[in-house]
Amino acid sequence: MGFKEKILSKSIYAFHLSSGSCNNCDIEFLDALTPRYDLERFGIVMVGSVKHADVLICTGSTNRLCVPRIKKLYEMMPKPGFVVAWGACGSSRGVFKDSYNTGAPLDEIIPVDIYIPGCPPKPEAIIAGLKKLTEKITAPKKE
Amino acid sequence: MSHKAHIPIGPYHPLQEEPEFYKLVVEGEKVVDVDVRIGWNHRGIEKLSEAKTFDQSIFLVERICGICSSSHPITCVQAIEDLGGIKVPDRALYIRSIVQELERLHSHMLWAGLAGHFLGYNTVFMWGWKYREPICDIMETVTGNRQNYAMLKVGGVRRDIEKEHITYILSRLDEFIRHLDMLRGAILDDPVLHARLKGVGILTKERAIDYAALGPTARASGYDIDVRRDHPYAAYDRIKWKVITQEAGDVFAKVVVRIMEMYESVSIIRQCLDKLPNGPIDSNPKDIPPGEGIGQAEAPRGECFHYVKSDGTNSPVRHKVRAPTYMNFPTFRETVIGQSVSDATIILAAIDPCYCCTERMLIVDDKDKEILNVQELIRLSQEKTMKLKEKMGYK
Amino acid sequence: MKIDDVLQSMQDKFGSKIIKVERKNEKRAYVDIYPKDVVLLTKYIFKELGFRFAIATAVDDFDAIEVLYHFADDPSGFIVSLRAIIREKEDPRIETITGVTKSAWWIEREMHELFGIHFDGNTDLRPLLLPDDWPTGVYPLRKNFIVPKRDSRKS
Repeated sequence: MGFKEKILSKSIYAFHLSSGSCNNCDIEFLDALTPRYDLERFGIVMVGSVKHADVLICTGSTNRLCVPRIKKLYEMMPKPGFVVAWGACGSSRGVFKDSYNTGAPLDEIIPVDIYIPGCPPKPEAIIAGLKKLTEKITAPKKE
Repeated sequence: MSHKAHIPIGPYHPLQEEPEFYKLVVEGEKVVDVDVRIGWNHRGIEKLSEAKTFDQSIFLVERICGICSSSHPITCVQAIEDLGGIKVPDRALYIRSIVQELERLHSHMLWAGLAGHFLGYNTVFMWGWKYREPICDIMETVTGNRQNYAMLKVGGVRRDIEKEHITYILSRLDEFIRHLDMLRGAILDDPVLHARLKGVGILTKERAIDYAALGPTARASGYDIDVRRDHPYAAYDRIKWKVITQEAGDVFAKVVVRIMEMYESVSIIRQCLDKLPNGPIDSNPKDIPPGEGIGQAEAPRGECFHYVKSDGTNSPVRHKVRAPTYMNFPTFRETVIGQSVSDATIILAAIDPCYCCTERMLIVDDKDKEILNVQELIRLSQEKTMKLKEKMGYK
Repeated sequence: MKIDDVLQSMQDKFGSKIIKVERKNEKRAYVDIYPKDVVLLTKYIFKELGFRFAIATAVDDFDAIEVLYHFADDPSGFIVSLRAIIREKEDPRIETITGVTKSAWWIEREMHELFGIHFDGNTDLRPLLLPDDWPTGVYPLRKNFIVPKRDSRKS
């Protein structure tokens, strides 16, 4: 585990990206930042620019218009950077997989590290998911 | 000197650098033109619905919008019931009203929090979202989920409200009302907010009628329409409640309408729980005959409208979905032209755009001059509030 | 105003322009009209009777395209839907009603790009919802546009 990863796991800066979602997942994510669940006590902060982000939290069922933007934003994110697919739509496009305006599933566009299923996942799920992410980041690399 | 500023909606999903979706042309401080291009949330739901059975399409329409998560299913189910002339048992009608009003409470509180954030009152944002948690807890107890309730089916509701839940619901509503009183005092009595929001983004009644505005956006302009009273559904014609209207049509009037509606919603839920009749919750319809049907419901943002056409098979032939923000959005153009650019975000927030129901716009890259992204526009709005506070002697 | 009175007044005023009236129940009525008379009738319903424009719907009927205009009378609580059937499916055209009410602005753009209906007189028929690189001439909500079912694990 590198030095960067160790620092990163202590304080995750998350950038929220929505590629055509029903907003339920977005609301639950924002809810996790409010006093009842308070993600900030774990050091997790939401940032407004992807250039400051460590983790990309992706919701939404990959609308065709958004697919090139998702790729671009992933490239702009400074590495090491991680991706969390949040919700049923983020994981596999959910109920919208057969739509004419939905592109490929998220993990075929960018590499995904953690999937948090649910429609929408509860804010407790995001705390659990981000904890799993820190474990994954700080786990010794398999040679 | 004019420069192009581009505005997104939704501070929490800034996707940068793209061709215009939402273009505000600004001269000096004033907005002179607005152009809209949407399509970022278009998921082809109407086409998907044609491939699903009637029952499945109720689950599909639930996911059109997370915040109006029971309005679209109620409308869809009512359209199918209108099509087939299907009756719904009384207990189910009361339960539908309860679920719809709980949704209105959590939606308006969410909106109050967001509007507070746009204006620079971050405490209002945190409190608004914290104090909507009792409603989410009630929803989880009654329906099993905080957001997508899956309560509706053709001919009734899926789950009953148990006797032991009623005491729980009433106690949490009492808790909610106490917090609502506090928030109402903080918002409606604040002179800085009066100065900031009164006279801003006025939508006249004539314009509201011409654009067919809906919901609180229309009622704040004196356009007295409410689907619950005009085209009664569920149990709204069996209990006493009133429609809240204001005359001014500005952003402040819209705030007042939403806050007072929350009190009405609590009263409706209490009455429904009190009058809840015994009986079945489902009339178990077997077949949907060929024909067409229309359903309407009053979502937190206005009238939801669904049209369903069937040919006697198990799937709809056509399922048209129209969310309220679709009609309210064009009024943004009407209300923002001539206003200051620092008011643009709050004028937009005042129509309570349900991004997912209609659309979402993003930031634009303008090679000409300045780019004002979402952070900039919200910052401008928050700065204006700070300046007003200083001018009025508050710190 | 009762729904029957409204339907009767329309039949009295427009006579043979009304093809058929179907009063489904006390809250719903469907009035079939010719596409060329759509502006005349929407003007009557919207401006003279004071109904609210709820939305317009286009339906692909395999051999024709229907356009339904739904108008709601809020004080009395019923909806009257005008149905115009366009037989020329290769190039469906109908007059725009944006001159009668601004609220039809977006829905005509949407019907144009999803069904291919051209609204004569509407100068702003730019795409509203579909991506810019969507092929022209392909209308997703038409019945001949079939979306293949996909495996959720493959694109």
